[in-house]
Amino acid sequence: MRPLDKRAADALVWALLLTAPFWLTHVGGYVELGSRVIIYALAAMALNFLLGFTGALSFGHAAYFGLGAYGTALTIKYLYPSTPVGMLVGIIAATIAAAIIGPMIVRLRGVYFAMCTIAFGQVFYFIAFQWSSVTGGDDGVSAWHRMPLQLGFASIEIFKDNKAFYYFALAVFAVCAAVMAMLLRSPFGHTLLAIRENERRARFLGIPVDRHIWLSWVISCLFVSVAGALYALLNDFVDPRALRWDQSGNFVIMAVLGGMRSFWGPLIGAAIFIVLQDYVSSETQNWMSFIGLFFVLVVLFFPRGVLGIIRRKAAP
Amino acid sequence: MTQLLLFNVFNGLIIGAFYALMALGLSLILNLSGVINFAHGGFLAIGGYLAYTLIPYLGFWGALLVSPFLVAGIGTLVERVLIRRLYGRDPLYSLLLTFGLAFMIEDGTRFIWGAQSLPYQIPSWLAAPLSNRYFFLTGYRVFMVVLVTIAVLGLFLILNRTRLGLRIRAGTLDLETVSVLGVNVRILRNLNFGLGIYLAGLAGVLAVGMLGLQPTVGDNLIMPSFIAIIVGGLGSLPGTLLGGLLIGVASGVTSVFFPSASEAVIYVMMAAILIVRPRGLLGEEGRF
Amino acid sequence: MSLLRIDNVTKQFGSLIAVNGISMTVEAGELRAVIGPNGAGKTTFFNLISGFLAPSSGHITFDGEDITGMLPARRVWRGIARTFQITEVFPELSVRENLCIPVEVASGYRLRPWLSRAAVATVDARVSELLEMGGLAGKADQLVGELAHGDQRATEIMMALALKPRLLLLDEPTAGMGDQETYEMTQLIRRLHKDSGLTIVLIEHDMRVVFHLADRIMVLDQGKFLAEGTPQEIAANEAVQSAYLGQAA
Repeated sequence: MRPLDKRAADALVWALLLTAPFWLTHVGGYVELGSRVIIYALAAMALNFLLGFTGALSFGHAAYFGLGAYGTALTIKYLYPSTPVGMLVGIIAATIAAAIIGPMIVRLRGVYFAMCTIAFGQVFYFIAFQWSSVTGGDDGVSAWHRMPLQLGFASIEIFKDNKAFYYFALAVFAVCAAVMAMLLRSPFGHTLLAIRENERRARFLGIPVDRHIWLSWVISCLFVSVAGALYALLNDFVDPRALRWDQSGNFVIMAVLGGMRSFWGPLIGAAIFIVLQDYVSSETQNWMSFIGLFFVLVVLFFPRGVLGIIRRKAAP
Repeated sequence: MTQLLLFNVFNGLIIGAFYALMALGLSLILNLSGVINFAHGGFLAIGGYLAYTLIPYLGFWGALLVSPFLVAGIGTLVERVLIRRLYGRDPLYSLLLTFGLAFMIEDGTRFIWGAQSLPYQIPSWLAAPLSNRYFFLTGYRVFMVVLVTIAVLGLFLILNRTRLGLRIRAGTLDLETVSVLGVNVRILRNLNFGLGIYLAGLAGVLAVGMLGLQPTVGDNLIMPSFIAIIVGGLGSLPGTLLGGLLIGVASGVTSVFFPSASEAVIYVMMAAILIVRPRGLLGEEGRF
Repeated sequence: MSLLRIDNVTKQFGSLIAVNGISMTVEAGELRAVIGPNGAGKTTFFNLISGFLAPSSGHITFDGEDITGMLPARRVWRGIARTFQITEVFPELSVRENLCIPVEVASGYRLRPWLSRAAVATVDARVSELLEMGGLAGKADQLVGELAHGDQRATEIMMALALKPRLLLLDEPTAGMGDQETYEMTQLIRRLHKDSGLTIVLIEHDMRVVFHLADRIMVLDQGKFLAEGTPQEIAANEAVQSAYLGQAA
């Protein structure tokens, strides 16, 4: 894409995002839906940092999403009723977990890597389920809610005001997106592209591949946990479903649907997926079958995603 | 104490046998076609549900015999129509596809048969304990071990004594060469997939007799199958068998001393293998 | 002191001895060619030098340092760069992007999350320089995967050059090329050798290229050393001729 096109596209995206609460209701949506799209978009973009830009097949990201969510919920409920502190605890917990698990899987490739990410993802689901004394088991963590943001001179009531929460989530999203974009454009980000494109060549250019994959993994899990924290805040609730394998699959399908090779792709994928899911689940009890069917159709007919079709086609 | 330990080790072996049965099917498909069949648990569930539906017509034994073949048939159809298209591509897509299938199967079984647990009748003589001293030796459990042993032996016989088996083994090592030698790779993959799904269906019929029948019955078994493959070694069927038994027994033994950790221990084993010997106990080097 | 010293290396794969007790010494600034009939073990030999494989026995010394067991990425840092028989580039990135990466790596920017404007300018300048040298300036923004074979090769060589290596290993640079492309590649390699004073070791099948460029030639046959000398000496060597019996010269 030419630089001018890129800037125009960026501007359009931000314009839509900033004004969403106002036009959403006119198209049959609601503000909370917008918040949900932002949160899942962040998760999908975080996953895509690893999947689309580094080329590593992670199917277990829900674990770190969930850790962010549970960390936030448990902190606010039991430790310290503050939104930023809760989020911070969740994010740190998830990042540490990712940093520790990383070295175990970073030497693996392809389907084996995917299998292990799924398995490690399941560990956390299992913990959330079993450790019910802390996590509330299947019932989840309830009876808490997002705390107003104390800015010293004012406090923003994000609990009662959906619009305020939307802008809060958008602000967090913006910061994360900006950091990810900066990283991808940097020399470090270039090494990730190199690894994706041709690992052998990357190695023979002096790039320590495993170490860089580990870094990409940790960064990706960090940002997904931010999304998880926001997710907990959005629902004022979290349960093991946030960590389940289907959640991981959702993130991947959003990235693929929107276009794995582009930065904004996952945002588009998330928007389409969330809206679709919202619509289908309100129409029928069997929405899971439709989502499954959707997965199958996207994979068979739409593998390059929405943006992949619009952008320049890759080499034959 | 010994009785308790014995009970749990034996229980662990049974569970391990299950894990192995399911993992073997998964491993077959993974080794030849490079596809992680995330819908494997779903096929297991279908196996159980179909057997349940067939019992009034065929009886327990008839259902046990027929159901896995039916499931295998469904599996080959799925392979032919859907999975086949994705072979040349990034493994991401086949994994996503099987994810989607897993969704559909789980919801589909819920839709057709309802979300509640269904009663699955096993013949009463099978359910009775075989001995008063070793009360845990119910006929059903022994029967399951026997059946799994037969199935595994049958699998290894097929693989080592038939032409199909030879081609599958060769194809696992080098599919390109096999195709150049005139073997129809498409049919080979299809039959291999069917064989793997047969094992899932069989595991399903056996499992529901012990675990009960609900749409999520496959969920609990699929993750241990993954771990059995990781522990036992990618690319090695004996490894998968070994892996399944090991994690089953480990789980059983742990439940004597730390009951709440019995499920967690298999994850610990996985982590240990990944750190110490990433290719798995019997895995081949360079498989990943 | 010679730049590269290979002492009696052997590489065994089970019962197959691909490389059998080869020794070689390369001086700085030399252009050495390694030739031999198919299956002579030339690429395996290269793989040992570049670190892709570890020798079963023997030593490899680079600039006085024993690099026998060193991993490929670290050898790159010591100054050894290579190209591959099957071109290894980044197909879905443009030529410019392909070159940008090794330039950044060589400048020590591997882990930098951000570059100052001045640094970006330096990188761009170097990339432009490399594009010129490789004759790729007009194709800078095309995807490498879409380029002609010869241009892909040239890109790969310039990528290796971007690393500021002291030793460049070229694995059959003219493989699969027609006459015109071969000529251009030969000119490129000659330029690199003369202008940069780079030490180059190359594997080649095309004898015209070899005799045109090489200072010294080493001949391998079935993993064993056969002969070594100047192009004239090798051309006159009977053992070499009989090893190549049936091969076009």
